[in-house]
Amino acid sequence: MKKSSLTGALVLALLLAFPLVAPALDLGFYVSFVRRVLIFALAASSLNLILGYGGMVALGHAAFFGAGAYVVAMLSVEGLSNALIAWPLALLVTALLALFVGLVSLRTRGVYFIMITLAFAQMVYYIFISLRKYGGEDGVNLSSHSKLPWLELSNENTFYYVVLVIVLASLWLMNRFVQARFGQALQGIRENEARMEALGYPVMRLKLLAFVLAACFAALAGVLLANHNLFVSPSLMHWTESANLIIMVIVGGMGLKYGGLVGAAVMLSLEEFLRLYTDYWHMPLGALLLAIVLLAPHGLAGLWNSAVKKKEAVK
Amino acid sequence: MSSTLIAEQLLNGLQFGLMLFLIAAGLTLVFGILDILNVAHGSLYMAGAYVAAQTMQWTGSLLASIVVAAVVTGVVGLVIELVLIRKLVVRDHLAQVLGTFAIILIANDLVKMLWGPAPMMMNMPASLSGPVRLLPDLLYPAYRLLIIAVGLALALGLYLFVTRTRAGVLVRAGASNRQMATLMGVRVPLLFLGVFVLGAVLAAIAGALLGPVTAVQAGMGEQILILVLVCIVIGGIGSMRGAFVGALLVGFVDTAGRAFLPTLLKTFLSPAVASSVGPTLAAISIYLLMAVVLVFRPAGLFPARG
Repeated sequence: MKKSSLTGALVLALLLAFPLVAPALDLGFYVSFVRRVLIFALAASSLNLILGYGGMVALGHAAFFGAGAYVVAMLSVEGLSNALIAWPLALLVTALLALFVGLVSLRTRGVYFIMITLAFAQMVYYIFISLRKYGGEDGVNLSSHSKLPWLELSNENTFYYVVLVIVLASLWLMNRFVQARFGQALQGIRENEARMEALGYPVMRLKLLAFVLAACFAALAGVLLANHNLFVSPSLMHWTESANLIIMVIVGGMGLKYGGLVGAAVMLSLEEFLRLYTDYWHMPLGALLLAIVLLAPHGLAGLWNSAVKKKEAVK
Repeated sequence: MSSTLIAEQLLNGLQFGLMLFLIAAGLTLVFGILDILNVAHGSLYMAGAYVAAQTMQWTGSLLASIVVAAVVTGVVGLVIELVLIRKLVVRDHLAQVLGTFAIILIANDLVKMLWGPAPMMMNMPASLSGPVRLLPDLLYPAYRLLIIAVGLALALGLYLFVTRTRAGVLVRAGASNRQMATLMGVRVPLLFLGVFVLGAVLAAIAGALLGPVTAVQAGMGEQILILVLVCIVIGGIGSMRGAFVGALLVGFVDTAGRAFLPTLLKTFLSPAVASSVGPTLAAISIYLLMAVVLVFRPAGLFPARG
């Protein structure tokens, strides 16, 4: 068995067993924390799809994350809690939004792409602030968890496993996309767009497809987060939230299979841990970011990969 | 709508636009010459505001506040350039955003540790706190007039510096083609350092000037940063002229949107709808402006390169 798949199996086993053993170890509080990490891992991985594999630096991804959460919350306020209707609707609405944003912003390049995605995200942010019926700037509470057949999401552990299954399935699916022809073409576009165009690939359509797909996975994460918090607010879509997602991806490792997962786990754990000791937890976080930028250019997952490779080379 | 109100809002827009320009000038130069997207530029503005507020408390002199803020922030900029920016120059935009975002995190906690989490008050000098009668029925705060005057003077100075001095020629050479400038013998590291410190000083002056009319608090840098980014993107990143036009456009559109849109909408929408749509539309107006500009001119109004 290869070392990396062994690590994967170990992590999977830990995630599966965690809610069952946590109460015995007096770690019950952390079940909800791990669930949040998983949700953010999905959001960060969805960004990794376009940022890492597609080379599109989108600084507005939180808008899609937030849109998914808001659709579920708004439907819940209106009395519709059936997950089988609300969740696909959330994805559909976000997909349409992403289609529009992508059509306009993918015409630009580089920093201008960063800025135009930011502009759209800010517009969405202000639009949701203006929805007074749904709490405006203060946000709104969900009337209840979404209703799934046979499963009761208000049960902590059931919800944990639902999140785990959805997140793992989504990560697996995204990984399949990356390995498929579509993903290979996407990485080709990242490396040399003109050449891919000359080879006859529909560059614009592929980028747009990736953009919309990433938005849908982000919306799915938003749907889960709305249920996790039973509350949504426009701050979910603020530009610093988009920057946070980018940081998770870079810290975890851009364009690496588990980059989003590693990044979300590291950043959220650090935040949780540092908060225990100081109110000024941003500062050590900043110092750590600086260290990562200067010392580990390919993120933590990249550091791990090269360490594994070195070991294997020694053998 | 009276003409007095319009004149007043025009002055407000001009004042806001000029301050945005002071911050945008540094950011666009740093981007144009160092090719670095420095998201911590807003933190330099914040540093300027805090230092100015503190100096104001000690000395009570506005001039001293501005000078001390400029010097201290200039030194901070010098240190940041030597320690971090220099290493980021060779990296991609993403690493630069991450590295400078780290500065934001550190800076915000640092000011909270030094000055406490509550916003800091910066008093304006008593002699400038009253209004000035510009026209028979147009009263305008003296302090805001001072901001406009200083902003215009600095913009003019910057223009003369860039177009008429040898250092300005080097700056323009570096912005239009860095590699060529290097080959022609421009001492690039020194140029980078100078430009970065100049940007820090300008941002600090803006922070010091705006201190008395805004809340001096942690996080004020990020709010203004986004607006400033919008300005330089509209103008074309790296272009001073673009930054100036972009900043004034954003200043006017934002001010006019907030002042007139809600009333304007009431003329053809029901009051209830207008009062909820108006502020939203005003808030997104500058982003809308930027999106429209980028759709038709994907590299801004005054592309600096290419």
